[in-house]
Amino acid sequence: MHIPDGFIDGKTAVVTGVLSAAGLGLALRRIKRELPARRVPLLGLAAAFLFAAQMVNFPVAGGTSGHLVGGVLVAALLGPSAAVVVVTAVLIVQCFLFADGGIMALGANIFNMGIVDGVGGYMIYRLVSAALPGSRGRVTAVAFAGWCATVLAAISCAGQLAWSGTVSWSAAFPAMAGVHMLIGIGEGLISALVYVAIQRTRPELIPENNLPAQPRRRGELIGYGLLAAVGIALFVAPFACSWPDGLEAVAAKLGFEHRAAGPVWPAPAANYHVPGMHWAVGATALAGVLGSLVVCGLAWLLGRFLVREQKSKFPPA
Amino acid sequence: MENLFGHYHSHSDSPVHRLPAIVKLSVALLVIIVTVVLPIEDKNWFIAVSILLALTALLSRIPILFLLKRIFVLSPFILGVALINAFQPSMRGTWMGVAVKSSLCLFTVILVSNTTPFSKILRVLKLVRVPALLITTIALMHRYIFVLADEAERMNRARASRTFVRGRRFQWRTLATVVGQLFVRASERAERIYDAMCARGWK
Repeated sequence: MHIPDGFIDGKTAVVTGVLSAAGLGLALRRIKRELPARRVPLLGLAAAFLFAAQMVNFPVAGGTSGHLVGGVLVAALLGPSAAVVVVTAVLIVQCFLFADGGIMALGANIFNMGIVDGVGGYMIYRLVSAALPGSRGRVTAVAFAGWCATVLAAISCAGQLAWSGTVSWSAAFPAMAGVHMLIGIGEGLISALVYVAIQRTRPELIPENNLPAQPRRRGELIGYGLLAAVGIALFVAPFACSWPDGLEAVAAKLGFEHRAAGPVWPAPAANYHVPGMHWAVGATALAGVLGSLVVCGLAWLLGRFLVREQKSKFPPA
Repeated sequence: MENLFGHYHSHSDSPVHRLPAIVKLSVALLVIIVTVVLPIEDKNWFIAVSILLALTALLSRIPILFLLKRIFVLSPFILGVALINAFQPSMRGTWMGVAVKSSLCLFTVILVSNTTPFSKILRVLKLVRVPALLITTIALMHRYIFVLADEAERMNRARASRTFVRGRRFQWRTLATVVGQLFVRASERAERIYDAMCARGWK
């Protein structure tokens, strides 16, 4: 999802740059205030870890493979502000050392992968783990947040590309969202498996196990939430207004889109269109909610499966 | 390590390598901004940039094949957007422009990153007032990328030589254990680094 230079026009680059700079400033201030000096090197090492972890390939069907993206995992392990800094460091190194992701698109990439993926994922993680207590709930939360955050970041990326006039929204949205609904399943699964592995070997590294050290994050999350809301209002909302046109265009090209994007999420609400509903925005929203509920259920089953197995091997701590 | 160092052609010397990093970065930034902002109809600029880049590439004595390979590896995004736009006949013209622009920008960044040591880029970032905490993080990351990538590969090799189990489910779980262990080792290493930093007077 690294946007290269040339795909983002001037205005989008400036706006995403300002939003990311604000988010990064907020994150750095929070860290300076509450992170003990002992943990400062951990930020750099976590960034190096993320980079190295992205090189471990997980085999998927047919000779292809996927890898962890890890924004949500890092946020769950180190907190949202640390995740923003870590992901930014990774993106800057990838940009200047490996020419992966553009310099002018750096703001957009930090916004999508640091703020939307990392912090957005963290909020979902906290919400779900508040609803489902215990370590089983946290594994469920990591898996579900990993999926949601991947899809959200992809939608934000599609919005930026469409706002820049590089692709049309009606083509970019279903393609990006559809492909990343599949990629997100892998991301959620890997994140949950890694989380369980860390929990099993070094439970003290999971912040929730160090009671009562969990800092209250309300002010911090409100700040990021505002940034994300402004971003979504700018990148996604304008297209949602002219939505019926877009959806009709997609419907007309439905056959092509399926071939272009591979199998879109194979829910009964294929390609976001619930049969019998003609109000397009409602249908899209309903399909999105249904898909999320299905994935949430799957994540819950995964959490049950992974954590029960763990309990049979070790006595509960 | 092959796939990591394969990205990176270094340890050579040329007039381009010897230029101050701040000059190279400013010129590159200027070239990228103008390239992105100008409409594609403005052919003179794009021809001028292509000539400038070709001259720099020649002067830098980086093998042309290496540069072309890098561009090819990094262009899946261009192909992906081409695929999306292929079903939108009205957007095809835009795509050509975007492809030209992003290839030129990509080539610029590849040239800069392969002729400038990363520590010098960091010094420039410090000069333009990037916050110190971020610089520390990036510097530490750059120092330990290669160490941790190497460690990941060693653990992965050890895993591969010890597991004779077929079946994808099991493989994913062991791979996830490798990644989790990598995080555990990274955080242990961070503790040791902190002690070492304190011992050397870091504040």
